[in-house]
Formats: sequence, structure tokens, C-alpha cells
Amino acid sequence: MIEPAEVERLLKARFADAELELIDLTGTQDHYQARIVSSAFNGKSLIEQHQLVYGALGAAMGSAIHAFALKTYTPEAWAKISRGSDGRSPT
Amino acid sequence: MDEALRERIKATIESHRVVLFMKGNKNFPQCGFSAQVLGLLKQNGAEFRDVNILADADLRTGLKEYSNWPTFPQLYVDGQLIGGCDIVTSLNESGELKTLLAAKTG
Repeated sequence: MIEPAEVERLLKARFADAELELIDLTGTQDHYQARIVSSAFNGKSLIEQHQLVYGALGAAMGSAIHAFALKTYTPEAWAKISRGSDGRSPT
Repeated sequence: MDEALRERIKATIESHRVVLFMKGNKNFPQCGFSAQVLGLLKQNGAEFRDVNILADADLRTGLKEYSNWPTFPQLYVDGQLIGGCDIVTSLNESGELKTLLAAKTG
């Protein structure tokens, strides 16, 4: 288990400009869902983006956190999706 | 990680074009995330090898370090880590998964 505030602190420490949405999926503080929009993801593949996030969570990932459903976006990609101008609706 | 384990992981990844490291096996997934990726591979008609990391503690620990990826499932295509459940799901939604699985057969 890890407090949502601690998860946010770890993420904000690595992604200072992040727009962050964190949800405790089960109410048990070990299954989280996160959406992170940050310029730190610019020019990185999806897998590199997720590796950055896992790196920021460090030892908590896989121990205190059992599951972390993750969506990462560059500010540009997120702007497209929130406008819906990429031609497909977010699911 | 010792060299023997690293070699064994590498050999496993290269044993098939598409390798899914998962909890359980393709007939009996033991985790919802593994089951989801399994379903997407089947849906896309992929031929793949399944490896049950619950049955191999060394592999389970070693692969996290090898892949720089802390969770399972892990999908490898052509020796490259593609990702876990979230990424595979995103790639399926965008249609890229089908392309990836269908790419270069020879």
C-alpha cells in the first residue's frame, strides 16, 4: 500500500510540469490508474514513456503498488485527444 | 543477474517471433492483465509462444531487470519489448498491433 499523495509526490518530483490524474481503483491504495501529460515524454516512444514513469515510482512499483494502469501523453498528443481532432474518439 | 540467467532470458525471447511472458499460460491465464493481452493476441490471429513466469522464479525476477519493466505481462516481438497491458491495448486501439504482429515474416 502507498498513499495517493505519496504517489503524486514521486511523480511530481520527476515530472514537474505534469498534468496528473490519479485514481485509486479499488480503494485499497495498491491498484492505481494514472494519466500523465508531460513534456518529459516529448520524442519518446510509448514504452520509453512508461519506463520513465516506472523509474520515478522506483521500489514502490511491484511491491507497494500491485497494479498501475498507465496512460502517458505529450502535451501535444493530449491536446489532440482532448480536442478529438485526430479522428477517433478516446475510449 | 548472472550471465547464465541473462543468456537464458535472451534465448527465450529469441525462441519465437512473438513471446508473451505472463502469469499462467495461454489456456489458463492467472491474472486479468495477462488474460487481456492474451485475448488481444488471439483476436489479431497472432502465433506466439507463452511463458508462465509464475512457474520460474529466476526468470520472473531476472526479466524485470532485463526489460527495465517492473510488471507482467510483457510482450516481446522480434526480440524487442513492446510493453505490458496498457501499451498493447493502446496499440490495438490504434491498429498498430496488427501491423506489428504481421510485419516481416522472413
